[in-house]
Order: sequence, then C-alpha cells, then structure tokens
Amino acid sequence: MSAPSFEKPATAAAPVLEVEDLRVDLRTPRGTAHVVNGLSYTVGPGETVAVVGESGSGKSVSVLALLGLLPARTATVTGRALLQGEDLLTMAPERLRQVRGPGAGMVFQDPMTSLNPVLTVGRQLTEGLRAHGPVSKAAARARAVELLGEVGLPDPGRAVGRYPHELSGGMRQRVVIAMALANSPALLIADEATTALDVTVQAQILDLVERLQSEHGTGVIWITHDLGVVAGIADRVLVMYGGRCVEDGTVDDVLERPVHPYTRGLLGALPDLAADPDEDLATIAGTPPAPTDLPAGCVFWPRCPVRGDARCETEQPPLAVVGRGGAGLPHRAATWCAEREAS
Amino acid sequence: MSVLVFSLIHLVRGDPIRLALGTRFSQETYDALRERSGLDLPLVQQYFTWAGRALTGDLGVSFRSGDTVTSLIGERLPATLTLALAALVVALVIALPLGMLSALHPRSLIDRVATVVSQFGISVPDFWLSIMLILVFAGLLGWLPSGGYVPLTEDPLGWLQRLVLPAVATGVVSGSVITRFVRSSMLEALGQDHVRTAQAKGVPTRQVLTWHVLRNALLPLVTVTGVQLAYLLSGVVVVEIVFSWPGLGQLAYQAVRDRDFPVLQGAVLLFALVFLVINLLVDLLYSRIDPRIARR
Amino acid sequence: MTQLPTPGATPAAPPPAEPLPTAAPVRPRWRETLGLLARNPTAAVSAVVLVLIVLVAVFDETLAPDGPNEQDPSLQLQPPSWAHPFGTDEFGRDVFSRVILGAATSLRVGFLSVAFALVVGTLIGLLAGFYGTWVDDVLMRLMDVLFAFPAVLLAIAIVAIRGAGPANAILAIGIVYVPIFARVTRASVLGVREEVYVRASRSVGASDWRLITRHVLPNAAPPIIVQTSVSLAFAVLAEAALSFLGLGPRRPDPSWGLMLADGRGFIEQAWWYAVFPGLAIVVTVLCFNLLGDGLRDVLDPRQRTLMAGSGR
Repeated sequence: MSAPSFEKPATAAAPVLEVEDLRVDLRTPRGTAHVVNGLSYTVGPGETVAVVGESGSGKSVSVLALLGLLPARTATVTGRALLQGEDLLTMAPERLRQVRGPGAGMVFQDPMTSLNPVLTVGRQLTEGLRAHGPVSKAAARARAVELLGEVGLPDPGRAVGRYPHELSGGMRQRVVIAMALANSPALLIADEATTALDVTVQAQILDLVERLQSEHGTGVIWITHDLGVVAGIADRVLVMYGGRCVEDGTVDDVLERPVHPYTRGLLGALPDLAADPDEDLATIAGTPPAPTDLPAGCVFWPRCPVRGDARCETEQPPLAVVGRGGAGLPHRAATWCAEREAS
Repeated sequence: MSVLVFSLIHLVRGDPIRLALGTRFSQETYDALRERSGLDLPLVQQYFTWAGRALTGDLGVSFRSGDTVTSLIGERLPATLTLALAALVVALVIALPLGMLSALHPRSLIDRVATVVSQFGISVPDFWLSIMLILVFAGLLGWLPSGGYVPLTEDPLGWLQRLVLPAVATGVVSGSVITRFVRSSMLEALGQDHVRTAQAKGVPTRQVLTWHVLRNALLPLVTVTGVQLAYLLSGVVVVEIVFSWPGLGQLAYQAVRDRDFPVLQGAVLLFALVFLVINLLVDLLYSRIDPRIARR
Repeated sequence: MTQLPTPGATPAAPPPAEPLPTAAPVRPRWRETLGLLARNPTAAVSAVVLVLIVLVAVFDETLAPDGPNEQDPSLQLQPPSWAHPFGTDEFGRDVFSRVILGAATSLRVGFLSVAFALVVGTLIGLLAGFYGTWVDDVLMRLMDVLFAFPAVLLAIAIVAIRGAGPANAILAIGIVYVPIFARVTRASVLGVREEVYVRASRSVGASDWRLITRHVLPNAAPPIIVQTSVSLAFAVLAEAALSFLGLGPRRPDPSWGLMLADGRGFIEQAWWYAVFPGLAIVVTVLCFNLLGDGLRDVLDPRQRTLMAGSGR
C-alpha cells in the first residue's frame, strides 16, 4: 500500500481519518472513567492536526483507542473512526493488525522505553516491514538501512546492528519514527514524540516529519502539550479538556483568536519573551476534572475564571461554529461564553 | 572479550567464598580428626593440608568404608544430576505454560488455578509429596515402582519408570516457585512500552508475544531457573532417601548418621561448588542473551 | 518553548490493567495494616487459621483426646473412625492426638529459629547497610558464603556436627535464614539511609543508635515483616524435613516429621498414618505463605517475588 502524494495540503480531498463521536470508558478500581467523551475530527492528506491539552485530558487515550491499543479488558470504545473509509473500531483483529503500519504508524513519547532493549534496531525495523507482506530478509534489511538514512541517523549501515541502549535518546526517537514510517503510512500519529528530547533534537525531528509529510502526503496527528511545537507544525489545532474537544480550528484562529476560556488560559500561560524572566508562568488555578466524576455542565466550569450564569454549571455547551478561518475552515468552541460575548 | 572479563570478575568474587568454605570445613575436619584419631594439629595447618589436597581432588578417605571420598562422590553424582535435571524439566514443563497463561489472562480461571496450585506446591514438603505419590501411583494404581534405581544402560524403561516419581516430587516445588516468577515477569514484560510499539507496527500477536514479551521475560527467568537448579540439587537429599535413589543426598545422609565427616565434608563442598558453578554459568548465559550486559 | 500549565506533566497513560496496590506506607501503621489485611480475604483467613493452630499448640494437652504415648495394642493401625478421626498408628496410639501434640514442636522450632535469624540477620543487615564501607563488605561477603550452601544441606550439616535434637535444629534452621534477613534488611536500610529526614537528623547530631531505632528501622521494617512470615513457612518445612531425617526430636516425642517418617513404612496398610501429619504441615506452611503474600501486598507492594523460594 502506498499513500497517494499530494503537493499541498488539500483538505478538499477525501480525509485520511474521520473520527466521529469517539468515546472511551475505562474501568478502574474507583469506578468508570469517562476518558474521551464524544470526540469528532478529521485529518486530511498532508494535513497536520495538533491535539493539545493538559495531562489527563484524554489526548493519548483517544489515539490509542483508534489503533485498538488499549487493554481490551478495561476499555470500552464506541463511535466511528474511518481510516481511508474503513472503520477502525469495528475492524476484525487481523484486519486491524494489517492496518497498523501501512494505514497508521505511531510514534510514542518515550524513546527510552518504546524500543525493545534486547533486539537490534534493524530487527525491530524489519519486523514491521515483514509483518506486511513477503519481504526477503535481505530486502527488508536494505530498506531498514534506507529508512534510518531517511530519518537522519548517521552511518545507518552500522546502526541497524546496534541495540537501543547504544544510541542516544534523539537517535532512538529517530529509530522509532523510522519504524512508524516504515510502511509509508497514510496517517502518522505522534504522541508527545518530542517531549522527552532536548530543544535542538526536537527541532530536527519536527523538520524531519514535515519533510517526510510533504514527500509522502501523510496526514499527521501531533499530540503535545507544547504550544511552541503547535505553532511550528500544525495546520489545525484541537484543544482537549476533560475528554472533550473544547475548541478547534486553524492554527491561526485558535492561537490568535481563542474563544474558549480554557484555550485563553493556555495561551496566557505562554511566557512573553520580553517579560521578566523570573516571573512564573501564568497557570490555570485548580486541576483537571477526574474522569470518573465529570461536571454536569461545561467541563471547564469548576476552574473557569469567567464563569457566568447557572447554565455553565448545569448545561453542557455544544461545539458550535464561532468563526471561519482562512481556508473557509470552521473555528468551533464549546462554551457559552461566545454567545454571552456576542449578545 | 567482555565476556571473559566478566567471568574473571566472578571467579575473583568466588575466591573468598571458597576460602571461607575451607575455614568452616577445617573446623569440621579438626573436630572429626581429633575425635577419630586423636590428632591435634593446629587449625590453620589442618586447613591448608586439607585445602591443598582438596585442590588436587583428594578429599580424604571415608571413616566407614575406607574408600576415597572422591570415588564415593563420583559414583553417586550421575544419579543425583539425572534426578535434578529431570526435576528441572518437570518444573519447567509445569511452570512455563502455567505462568504464561496466567499472565496472559490475569484473574481468569486458569490464573486462579495456577495461583492455588503454585501456593500449594510451595507449601508441600517434598518428602510428604513423595510419600503421597508412592501411595497413589505405586500403591493404589500400581503403575510405577515405589523406588530404587537401575542404570539407563541396563534397562531404559525401568530407569524411566523409577525416575518419574522422584522427579515429579522434586520438580513440583521448584515448578511452583518458577510459575509465580514466570507470571510476574511476563506481566511486567507485557506492560512495557515497547510491546505497544510492536503492536502499533502491526506485528502479529504471536510474534509480539514471542519476541517482545517472552524474550524479555526470559531474561530474569534464567537467573531464577539457575538458582532453582542449585536448590534442586540439594532438595533431592530427602527425596532420594524416600525413593532409595542412590545419589549424593543419600550419601550425605548416611555420612551424617555414621558421623563419617570426610564424606559429609566432600558432599557439602561439592554441593556448594555446584552452586557456584551454576551461578557462574547463569551469569555467562545472561551476558549472552542480554545485549545490555554483553556489550558493557 | 512553552509547556502547558502542568509542569513536569506526562501525557495521560491508560490506567494499568491491574489495579495498583495501595502505596507502601512510609511507616507501617498497625491499625491501618490490619484493616487492609482484613480486606484481603486469603490473608485474613490464613491469619485466623494460624491463630487457631497456635492456640492448638498452646493448649495441646487439653485438646488432645489421648496422651502422646497412650498405647492400645488392640487398636493397632486402625483406619479413621469417630473415636480416632485420623486413625491409629502401629502402637495403637491416636494419630489425631499426636498431630495436635506435634503442633507445639513444629511451631516452637519454627518460631525460635526464625526469631534467631530475625535478630541476628537484621542486626547484621543494619550494621552493613547503615555503616557501609568495610563493615558492609566483610559482613555481606560472609553472608554470601553462608548463602552459597544449599539450605537443607547446611542445616543437616550443622545438626550433624552438633548432634540431633530440637535445640540444634533451631540453631541450624536459624543460621540458614540469617543471610536472607541480612540481605533484606540491608537492602531496605540502604533505601532509607539517604532519605532527607535521616540526613536531617544526622545533621542535628542525633546518635547512630537513635537514628537506627527511630528512623532507619521503622522505615526498613515492611520487607522484614514480610520475610518473617515467609521464613516461618520455610522454617516449619525445614523442621519437618530434619525430624523426618531423624535429626530433630527423638521418638517417642510427637513430631509431624517423625510421624511421617514412621508412617511411610506403613503406607500400603495405613495411608492415614502419613497423610494427616503431612496435611498438618501443608496447612501450617500454606497459611504462613499466604499471610506473607498478603502482608507483601499491603506493606511492600514493590517487592518482587525474587526472594520467593530462596529458602529451598
């Protein structure tokens, strides 16, 4: 399977991924945790969607659920997630396995633990290649070397024979990315892929992904809590809070004209480079709601600095269009504030 | 190269142990000789004489039979090794599938059964289990002989028949310990991030289990199995007696009853030596299968 | 680059499949520990059974229908009946009574040998862990040497040198378990030695003794407690093995191991003779093991089963 290549982000084309009303419940000793509550979004070919939010907002779980990587015994996933028209959530296990790799590749956060310490880098790369069709050992190895070169690993011919502990964190993350890209996936999911890396390496990896994306037309979901990365890489932004999408839109709309008080709070947390460096970052008071005990109304209500009438507390605001961005893309937010401001 | 250095370190570490071993033995030797022959040599001299001879393979002469200890041990060693290895096979045959299944299906029926069985296995005295096995398989069912030994070369079937019960009696205990260990190390391996990475690559489940779970869970298992083999070698003492298995355990036991100290000394020294050798082998094996150590 | 307002945050990971055991309390609080233990049915039941066994051992002479050596030649090797629930042995003695009377022997040897190992081993571990340097080296090397001997064989050798009998059995089993306690204690002392509060106390001039008794020991206790329960299990087993080999109490004193040794000779005619004393051992050992597991879950969830079976 090879992804069609697109010159530019063409959102008019059929989306790579269409997520509709995704819900994830996890059984925990403290009761059922509603970790993802009705998430809907699309990712077009060559498009990068950044998913941002605090820890515990359900970002990671929402993508793990797509690929069926949550523990089956405790997780209940409902909704629809069409990857190139096929629903990932109802797919037969064997078909899902075939899709993992060529359909969607995933990069995990911690390069220290996401590689198997007792297998060589080459073994772990070729394993992914050979799982999807008959490839000879030699051919797979050649492709592995090629991939390692593509992700900028020096001396890829020798690197294939190395074990993960012989590589630095940045190099390992390149290996993980090479693994995710090995089968030229239509969709690349990066879950905090650069969080554990230092800033220089992070920048290199962001460049790398952008380059590969423009070459292969891959759709990208980039999960992060780093707004700097969002501004640098994303076409669109989806802000998650309490397992819900509270605001989404183009990167300009969301970062320049945030509507939801939560998004505003996040952006307020951006340090002003001109400001006093000793001053602490602005933070939003309080902690995210427990997924076992979500508020009845607006999820952000308990921490909201501008909360208004009783409706905020009791009635859940729908994700409503609040404006249109550059390419005619809707800018949506789930808050009663917009309405209040308008009136 | 690194393997060599690694093993050297362990040889050095083993040295003081063996030295101290000698100190303990010299006390025994001392007591025994004074009791038996009225010899009253200084302790240190005793020790060096004994240690010097032991190094050349001369462990003295049995007080009872007058045979050399080395030849007595040499006669008995194969039987004990056979039994210990057979018991290890039994232990692994029980432990690997049971431990793996219960790790793959935690809190399932099989997990609960495995937990109960292994708890029971750890708590059962091996000699009582031996008696119960004899009661059932030799007494009630009459399928197998209740003890004795025939060499493999003379009567392969008879040899196997006589090996089964003692091997099971000894193996169940180790098997229970290893089962619990396999379960916990599999669970740990299953929870590792790289397992999820492999799944995300679309690697078939069976392959994920083999290469990313089992392969990693086996690393600590090697250590535990080695330790268990060492304990099996000593654990057979009592079982050998119940089944009249002519091994080292029985020899040591008879030596205790006869106060035949050179023989007891030799047997204990041999067991301790085997323990050290097994630990050394485990370390060597470990460095071969864990690249993180091999390349250090 | 900017972080969202959760400093040092990690992304949401799916909750682990297994519910996490309650975090290890820094200091074991007895009431809390008992409460948690009570919620673990297996451990609770084991504890109750053990209390019963101890009571049986304490009041053995009141509870046993017959004296240990009351013989009735007309009732040799009788199968279990209402009068003799566990049957009778080759001298017509009541096996049930002898099993009850044997409990005291087993438990006494078990408790005393573990107490010996606990005191000596913990002391060695404390010294090694607290003072480090050459004290640590010398002591732990010594422990390694002891540990290199197979447990049963070491005990047999000690008894062989010192002569058979319960006192020497206690000493032998005790010595075997010293290195295990020393290791466990040392490991956990090393863990708390560098904690801030210990260093803080040291900086204000607290004496070593005070540091050890007030800070180090209480915090290092949980694994030691767990090890105690598990060791009791193995000590009862070892005692049975030694008496089985005739290296413990002498006939005609009632002892589970001895009864097994004698019953073994009559296994074809009288299964009950060897079965019931064995069951008594199994139940006692099982309860100590299960209690140990329960305690481990409550007190020291991080400790792995690495030590399991290290006494055999």
